Amino acid sequence: MLKRILVGAVALAIPFAAAHGQAQEKVLRAVMHADVRVIDPIWTTQTIASIHGMLIYDTLFGNDANLKPQPQMVGKYEISPDRLTYTFTLRDGLKFHDGSPVTTKDVIASLKRWGAKDGVGIRLFSFVKKLDAVDDKTFTMVLSEPYGMVLESLGKSGSSVAIIMREQEALTDPQQQVKEAIGSGPYKFAKDLWVPGSKAVYLKNKDYVPRPGNEPPSSFAGSKIPGVDRIELVWISDPQTAMSALINGEIDFYEAPNNDFLPLLAKARGVKLMMTGKIDSTQGMIRLNHLHPPFDNVKARQAMYHLINQEDFLRAIVGNPEYYRVCHGMLTCGGPYQNDGGSAFFKDYNPKKAAQLMKEAGYKGEPITVLFTTDHNTITPATQVLVQAMREAGLNVDAQSMDWGSVVSRRAKKEPPAQGGWNIFVTTTGGVGASNPVLHTWIGAACDKGLFGWPCDAEIEKLRNAFAFAQTDEERKKIATALQTRAMEQVVYIPFGQWNTPLAYRADRIDGIVPNTGLAVLWGITKK
Amino acid sequence: MTAYIVRRLFATLPVMAVVALFVFFLLRFAPGDPAAIIAGEDATAEAIAAVRAKLGLDRPMVEQFFVWTLQLLQGDMGVSIFSNLAVTRLISQRLEPTVALTLSTLFVAVALAIPIGVVAAWKARKLIDRLVMGFAVLGFAMPVFVLAYVLIYFFAVQWQLLPVQGYKPISEGLWPFAESLILPSVALGVTYMALIARITRASMLEVLAQDYIRTANAKGLATDRVLLLHALKNAAVPIVTVIGIGIALLISGVVITETVFNIPGLGRLTVDAVLKRDYPVVQGLILVFAGAKVLVNLVIDISYAFLDPRIRY
Repeated sequence: MLKRILVGAVALAIPFAAAHGQAQEKVLRAVMHADVRVIDPIWTTQTIASIHGMLIYDTLFGNDANLKPQPQMVGKYEISPDRLTYTFTLRDGLKFHDGSPVTTKDVIASLKRWGAKDGVGIRLFSFVKKLDAVDDKTFTMVLSEPYGMVLESLGKSGSSVAIIMREQEALTDPQQQVKEAIGSGPYKFAKDLWVPGSKAVYLKNKDYVPRPGNEPPSSFAGSKIPGVDRIELVWISDPQTAMSALINGEIDFYEAPNNDFLPLLAKARGVKLMMTGKIDSTQGMIRLNHLHPPFDNVKARQAMYHLINQEDFLRAIVGNPEYYRVCHGMLTCGGPYQNDGGSAFFKDYNPKKAAQLMKEAGYKGEPITVLFTTDHNTITPATQVLVQAMREAGLNVDAQSMDWGSVVSRRAKKEPPAQGGWNIFVTTTGGVGASNPVLHTWIGAACDKGLFGWPCDAEIEKLRNAFAFAQTDEERKKIATALQTRAMEQVVYIPFGQWNTPLAYRADRIDGIVPNTGLAVLWGITKK
Repeated sequence: MTAYIVRRLFATLPVMAVVALFVFFLLRFAPGDPAAIIAGEDATAEAIAAVRAKLGLDRPMVEQFFVWTLQLLQGDMGVSIFSNLAVTRLISQRLEPTVALTLSTLFVAVALAIPIGVVAAWKARKLIDRLVMGFAVLGFAMPVFVLAYVLIYFFAVQWQLLPVQGYKPISEGLWPFAESLILPSVALGVTYMALIARITRASMLEVLAQDYIRTANAKGLATDRVLLLHALKNAAVPIVTVIGIGIALLISGVVITETVFNIPGLGRLTVDAVLKRDYPVVQGLILVFAGAKVLVNLVIDISYAFLDPRIRY
């Protein structure tokens, strides 16, 4: 009997000993806003795919916390006096995770793939005449016109970042997902440990050569020095469980805690909240369909401004005024191009006036189809507030409840509402992208080629292009104000405020977190 | 018996075919489009259409069904639209946590529910019976997720005795494995326990009123022998039936429990795949669940013959 007990005890002790051995490895366990389900950040615009991409891939430039592009893979670069030719030389020692060197062939193929898929890349490549390799480390980009956003575009954050892949993956059709995730970034993707919907594992790339000088990280800029041996992006779909796991020390970092749990997290021992970067926020948008009545009439669209009291929306979504701000503009408040162009439209919350203007625009009580998202922690309460305000104005609201996945599919339909289309949906966009008129794709009005709702206005497109060609910051600010004024007049969308979600982390265990500017920066986090 | 089992196994084929047909077309008729989810927030309608074309989702539905059926007949469930990984790999990655959770719940529930059901019947209309029945009503009425959060709050957050979430495979050690299953098994098992306890009590009460039980008592047999050997065995058929039905309940309960306790099992895979409209994964999972249900029913039917000698196939 005693022998059996001893054998049992040894059997139980072995796994504990193994676990102790593993404890030597420094592991960062982070819960992000979504799970890593797609490994190709060019194929999809999902933000989580870009966070994954920024761990394993590198970029030519990285925009810093002030959105200024800083060289990353590029060692040196020159711009010709006519601003038409850019010559880039890669840093020494860049290698992919399979050991092969990063060459200009890989870079050119990667940029072409990105330039065929991403909105910002497509705009840049509409001015690119040619990309030529001078040798394995140097290449030139020749423009047809002196486009002023080349470096900012190459260093952009948010969705579909301009990552550099191996040529063999970069030659994949951008409408198809690459099969391998082999980059040259500070971490390697452990594909065999990947459980989609549960966990993605990244191992430190010991061969990574960071930028010299030990530059401190600032968003995507600075020396990328891996801070831990292993990063596990754990997916916990239930926000309450994620919060409890952080309090219990089972995870170290929680990117997007639910607003309702912030007071609890603020009180929890060992846990700290950190505000994201000053422009890293979320902006709420009400998108109207410009193709069909009543919102094919600008007067009806403008009438909707009288139903928007941003405080109502923000209180319903966020609650605590510390985390939100009223922002009557489309360009991020707090960003470099914040202005008050068109903000006068918001001065008067008045359902009666809205009803009267709708009537003058020819609205006779036809049903207005609102795509009512039921499963989103911010879009759902915002839609509830909007629908209530519309009903107060006596509008005939046809609120069609559906999950976010269905809204995403339905909003792409251009048919009239009665034939499966829509009139209104509510969504959000990132403050970093929305701070720049070129990167802010939702402010565009490119008709059929634009985003859902299909606003159509040549003047807006002209101003966006003019912004990209402006040579001075003063000129850019002037254009940004004119653009926002025009976009508000045309009601490209209706902003309903701006809010921040602080990230939460175990201050007693990890260090080195930098405020987000578009994407969470994980590579520099160290474990105590 | 062998002929019966073979016949039943063959009978599962048309059932699975009908399930496959229904799940394929119901998914396609449901609103939502994986291409729109993949293309993302900033994608234009044209970009979504391009992704849809590359995924083959723009082809006629019948053609898509034909292709999928052919793949299925070759043992290939297809690949996930999102991760590009084989559905069989995704399911096999998630099988262990779900099987472990189901078995541990079954163990906890059956091991506790049958004794308390027997005791409740034995002490019918006394305090202990009322307590057991009170527990059964409460257990059956309380939603799994409410109990789960209460357990997490006390046992994990306040007292820090057990982990909040996650699953440790048995290869990482017996205690880590057991530790990760205690709270989920209790949360999931309480409803099931309540169901089995009630049925055990009812079935036992019926049997205890029989003449042969009275005879056994009159012969002076010990109470435990009367209850366990004479009464429980004869009351077993309805109990086993309920255990079988309960396994279907467990499958749906697993979805919620796995979400709350963040266990990477088939339940969570199902929810995620449905929300993302990952058609091949949902189709594969429904077939697996349907197959499991058919097999459980078969095992239950076979067990009747062992429990009641009068039943012959």
